[in-house]
Amino acid sequence: MNRVIYMDNNATTKVDDAVIEEMMPYLGELYGNPSSMHSFGGQVAKKVQQSRQRIADLLGCDPDEIIFTSCGTESDNAAIRGTLATYPRRRKVITSRVEHPAVLSPCRELEHHGYQVYELSVDKEGNLNLDELAEVIDDNTALVTIMYANNETGVIFPVEEIGAICRARGVPFHTDAVQAVGKIPLTLRRSNIDMLSLSGHKLHAPKGIGVLYVRRGTRLAPFLLGGHQEAGRRGGTENVAGIAALGKACQLAADSMDDENTRVRSLRDRLEEKILAVCPDSMVNGDRENRLPNTLNVSFEFIEGESILMMLNQYGICASSGSACTSGSLEPSHVMRAMGVPFTAAHGSVRFSLSRFNTEEEVDFVAQKIGPIIHRLRELSPFVKTA
Amino acid sequence: MWDYTDDVMEHFFHPQNVGILKDADGTGEVGSLACGDALTFTFKLGKDGRIAEAMFKTFGCASAIASSSVLTEMVKGLTLEEAEKITNQDIVKQLGGLPDQKMHCSVMGHEALMAAIENYRAKGRAAAPKSKKGRVVCTCFGVTDEEIKRVVHDNDLTSVEQVTNYCKAGGGCGGCKGQIEKLIAEVQGDRVKKLRIHPEPRPRKLTNIQKIALIQDTMQEQIRPAMRIHGGDIELIDVVDDRVIVAFRGMCASCKLADYTLKEVVEARLREYVSPDLVVEEGTDSRNQPHQHREV
Repeated sequence: MNRVIYMDNNATTKVDDAVIEEMMPYLGELYGNPSSMHSFGGQVAKKVQQSRQRIADLLGCDPDEIIFTSCGTESDNAAIRGTLATYPRRRKVITSRVEHPAVLSPCRELEHHGYQVYELSVDKEGNLNLDELAEVIDDNTALVTIMYANNETGVIFPVEEIGAICRARGVPFHTDAVQAVGKIPLTLRRSNIDMLSLSGHKLHAPKGIGVLYVRRGTRLAPFLLGGHQEAGRRGGTENVAGIAALGKACQLAADSMDDENTRVRSLRDRLEEKILAVCPDSMVNGDRENRLPNTLNVSFEFIEGESILMMLNQYGICASSGSACTSGSLEPSHVMRAMGVPFTAAHGSVRFSLSRFNTEEEVDFVAQKIGPIIHRLRELSPFVKTA
Repeated sequence: MWDYTDDVMEHFFHPQNVGILKDADGTGEVGSLACGDALTFTFKLGKDGRIAEAMFKTFGCASAIASSSVLTEMVKGLTLEEAEKITNQDIVKQLGGLPDQKMHCSVMGHEALMAAIENYRAKGRAAAPKSKKGRVVCTCFGVTDEEIKRVVHDNDLTSVEQVTNYCKAGGGCGGCKGQIEKLIAEVQGDRVKKLRIHPEPRPRKLTNIQKIALIQDTMQEQIRPAMRIHGGDIELIDVVDDRVIVAFRGMCASCKLADYTLKEVVEARLREYVSPDLVVEEGTDSRNQPHQHREV
């Protein structure tokens, strides 16, 4: 395969060259331990400190509110379990039906430890109804955890309003923001969010580094006991190269935030417009207004997602699908189903997620290829009545 | 990314005989949109009684399309008696193999062929019976006992998971897994028992506290995950000597197969991992639980 047109950035992103450059010394000559009492280690500690500051700058918080983790999933698990451990008398957790498995699985596990887990529903556009939250939140609620933006549809949830409801009831609020960080400007020190998860590889840093933001004053039990790292809340020698990389990536994200919201958005809109124009019986899944600037989830009726991806793959085009076949399970995506997307469309849903590395030429190439692919697969489909 | 063979890719990118024959002698339709794959298979006989033409239309993944395409090639020139002998394994072989989770694609091709032949034979007779043979076991995907037994036999399957891979049965709510296990045993007889790996027997006598802890661990690690796939759960109520009293929750509480599950799954596992003397009973409050199955 010669050329790769990468439009699967909600799955993972290309590591920026500047990020690689930033991290390389810490995989090579600068191998010191940041905790050591010598300047060889001390210079590494300085780098960790600088990175923490850069991340805090992007999030609009203080550096000591940043805890480094190994990934978004760890951050989510830590927030959920760590909060529950500090509120042993509260036995209810509120989340949504469209969360990432990193939140949904630990929550559902809690049901087997005597917790009541309430999953808020979404409408057919993928939006929450906050009245439902206000109804179910009570003094027994230990935690509300709701994602910032959905990974499949890009739909953005009203986290500030959710946070306000939680704050009024004295309930901690955690948000899985792995898809939002770097795309939506944040000022956490003036927000109602108590905890926030982010993942390095979703914003052009490598895999294996994540962050849990914990607002100062938020009660959270330590989740990895060991040394004094991360103020004793997450022991273990720091992933220094990953931390250096994430710091740089956050700095770059801050610089390219405007680009993300103007140029990338217009590329996405261009792709959407062209696809809908050349493919009959196709539709966008999720609220088109209230959506991440890089994400397009589109359903092609009567055909199956994996087949579409395989055809796209032939041209080096990378996307993903909510169809059952792509996952090896027998049922289509839980997000599509929660939104009530009909089976005919859920099986044929394809997600294109762009980044600052995509070009207009790439968008036009995809738009040019998709029409014939859809047409060809429909010719194969017994559900399309051809004259 | 699936590891498809070159033959699968070739048939996917260049499918043979796409379409629906007008005035077909036999038509077979299997699958549905809800299932995620569906196939319409048609054929025409030549004057010599052999299949002269076969065409298909398929909704599904690459392996479903490839299985259908290769099938239309395989049946050409065969008499119906010869075509009937084709199994899903023959389709798999012709494609150079399929990933385990995609075996049901070959089974779907085979079913469509059988349905088309049946359709041909039923013609001329009054109102062709459209219903499937046998009794529906998996209601989620509409798979009958006859179909399950056939895939077990044709592919020498020994586990429920394999059956799910081959014909989807058991892949939805999972409520029929007990029945599938029985069907496997029916076909395979003693072979299944021989294949089961028994852990080392525990020679040591356990203290009461150790026994309860071990029962709890076993339920958590070995039994609960299986129950959860069914949308249900199980709780330990009490342990009195060798009597273990449990309660079913969620889907399992109202499941007609609860008695079977109690003996064949819960008791069997606990005897295997804890002590062969255990007897499992269901607590009385179990059936009065509200229906907690998660709406999906």
